[in-house]
Amino acid sequence: MSENNKGISRRDFVIKGTVATAGLAAASVFVPATFAIGAQAKVKVGILLPYTGTYAKLGTNIRNAMMLRFSEAGNKLGGRAIEFVDIDSEAKPAKAQQLTEKLIKKEHVDFLVGPVHSVVGMAMVKMARGDGPITVIPNAGANQLTGVLCAPNVFRTSFSSYQMGFPGGSAMLEDGHKRVVLMYWNYGFGKQVAAAFKKSFLPGGGTIVEEIPTPFPKVDFQAYLTKLAALKPDAVYTFYAGGGAVKYVKDFAAAGLKKSIKLYGAGFLTEGLGAAQGNAAEGVRTILHYADSLDNPANIHFRSAFKAATGVQADVYAVQGYDAGELILRGMNAVQGDTGARAEMIRAMETSVIDSPRGKLSFSASHNPIHDIYLREVIKGENRVIRVAAKEQDDPATGCTMT
Amino acid sequence: MELSFYLVQLLNAIQYGFLLFLVASGLTLLFGIMGIINLAHGSFYMLGSYLAYWLTGVTGSLWLGILLGLPIALAVGYLVERFAISFLFKLDHLYQVLLTFALILVFNELQQILWGTDVHSVPIPAILSGSFQLTENQSYPVYRLFISAACIALAGAMYWVIQKTRLGMTIRAGASNREMVQALGINVNRLFAFVFSMGVGLAAFAGMLAAPIDSVYPGMGDNVLIISFVVVVIGGTGSIKGAFVGAMLIGLVSTFGKVLLPEMASVVVYALMAIILLWRPQGLFGKVA
Repeated sequence: MSENNKGISRRDFVIKGTVATAGLAAASVFVPATFAIGAQAKVKVGILLPYTGTYAKLGTNIRNAMMLRFSEAGNKLGGRAIEFVDIDSEAKPAKAQQLTEKLIKKEHVDFLVGPVHSVVGMAMVKMARGDGPITVIPNAGANQLTGVLCAPNVFRTSFSSYQMGFPGGSAMLEDGHKRVVLMYWNYGFGKQVAAAFKKSFLPGGGTIVEEIPTPFPKVDFQAYLTKLAALKPDAVYTFYAGGGAVKYVKDFAAAGLKKSIKLYGAGFLTEGLGAAQGNAAEGVRTILHYADSLDNPANIHFRSAFKAATGVQADVYAVQGYDAGELILRGMNAVQGDTGARAEMIRAMETSVIDSPRGKLSFSASHNPIHDIYLREVIKGENRVIRVAAKEQDDPATGCTMT
Repeated sequence: MELSFYLVQLLNAIQYGFLLFLVASGLTLLFGIMGIINLAHGSFYMLGSYLAYWLTGVTGSLWLGILLGLPIALAVGYLVERFAISFLFKLDHLYQVLLTFALILVFNELQQILWGTDVHSVPIPAILSGSFQLTENQSYPVYRLFISAACIALAGAMYWVIQKTRLGMTIRAGASNREMVQALGINVNRLFAFVFSMGVGLAAFAGMLAAPIDSVYPGMGDNVLIISFVVVVIGGTGSIKGAFVGAMLIGLVSTFGKVLLPEMASVVVYALMAIILLWRPQGLFGKVA
């Protein structure tokens, strides 16, 4: 530093100083009165997503889509530059608390984005709710996150497990399937999906022949499929994701069950897995708040922009990340970057109506998404929309005190 | 449920047992005979699956994929032994655990760099893609039977090599008294490098054969690692026969556990292990240390 100073003439110094002062003065015109931190402070966005393990692709797509949304907005949030603190959650519940603590207490992030895994989400939200950073959940679907654990500073842009089950029950009844077996990974999310499914399916006149929970995250389905075959239901409703979903769909087809039992599931069963499942997935029906083929302008723009930015095709996880970015933008733009104006920012976020690639996205009183749920069928390797299974599907937010 | 239901489940159980043996055989070779606790075994299984996915994509045939993939896996095993494992023979087991755990992390990262984070699958070769009808609405893929056959052949070959050949004799001798075998003029270092790369090759081979009926995804190796250790521990370390019986037992208990005690499905296998270890701490076919 001192060496540089020697080189600068007095005249230079005066000119530069004047320019700098003028710049500051000019900047201050745009700075609102509530702006307390100073024009140069960056907004800190903490990201806790899995980049390794089974959920690696989900985490990567969510992050890349959110970054895409920010870069479309000039990499500024309410006029302030962004600093990212990006941590690999590894989708390990055991590490969740420590990593969240690092983001909140050590890094002092203004926003917290994550995670994918529901159990990681529980640990994260327990720490962040209340005084913590504004938190946006771009995937984890446990009902509790916007139920008993709901808080003014916690938002979700993905779904609740309720929204992955309830519309499934009515959709299957509408398709004429009355005798149904439920099969799902036996952990929190799977159980919640099954419970929500029954809430619409049983009152509608359907019969659950049997529930077959299978150990999570095991993928040996053979014994269960033999049982399923022996039960001879009309159809089966499932929750499996990722590698498990590929294996399930392939095993189901290989066991010759497609001829006599119709396969349904929460959208993850076939989402983004077309190449790996191939022919085995043809005819499988799923419900989800998104489909690649939605032809609204927002989706067409998003899919081409995401492909151009990352080289890979967008999927529902990318959409959720993109909308998380949008939601943060809405909040920060509403307060011109003043993170101190917390109540105002939260109000702007919760009243947002987003023109999302999935269609219209708004938020419930508990900050869970309200969106259309589509019934899709795999036709020629693509998840095509058959019909809207539930218009503006809400979530009951059981246990939430904000509603 | 009628009898045919249980017969089909029995078939499932045996098939699962074969698959488990295929995965655990390499582990029992390393753990039982060389005394190496190889936590990276699952990573080598994953490596096999990804090699099969990659090379099948390039060549258009699973057989060519396996043919080209196996030498790669063997070479990886040889290099890992030469540059890492060989330094640890004289040290405590703890160092092996640390090293091979590190290898898991390295291989997971490499997998991500080389093949990305997508879920993939490998098509079943056309010649084995058929299936036959088991019950009125369930059929059984021929490829699963092929895996069982391959597994029986492999078990027989391993037993023969280890018990009946000169090579097997030196391996067994080297395991029980390394210095003595060395004094008799056998290059134990080279021998162990060979055995280690065979162990890696077996794990990778299992990953390759299983790829068409499994899905190929990041972290897939972690799922097979623990159950492989259970098989080896139940069977008794160092016993190929034990690993075979152990795998079959696990196959049966796990399958019928799922059918008869569904709410206990994930526990029965470990309960079985606990009972067997209480009764015979050295495992079914293990020698008392």
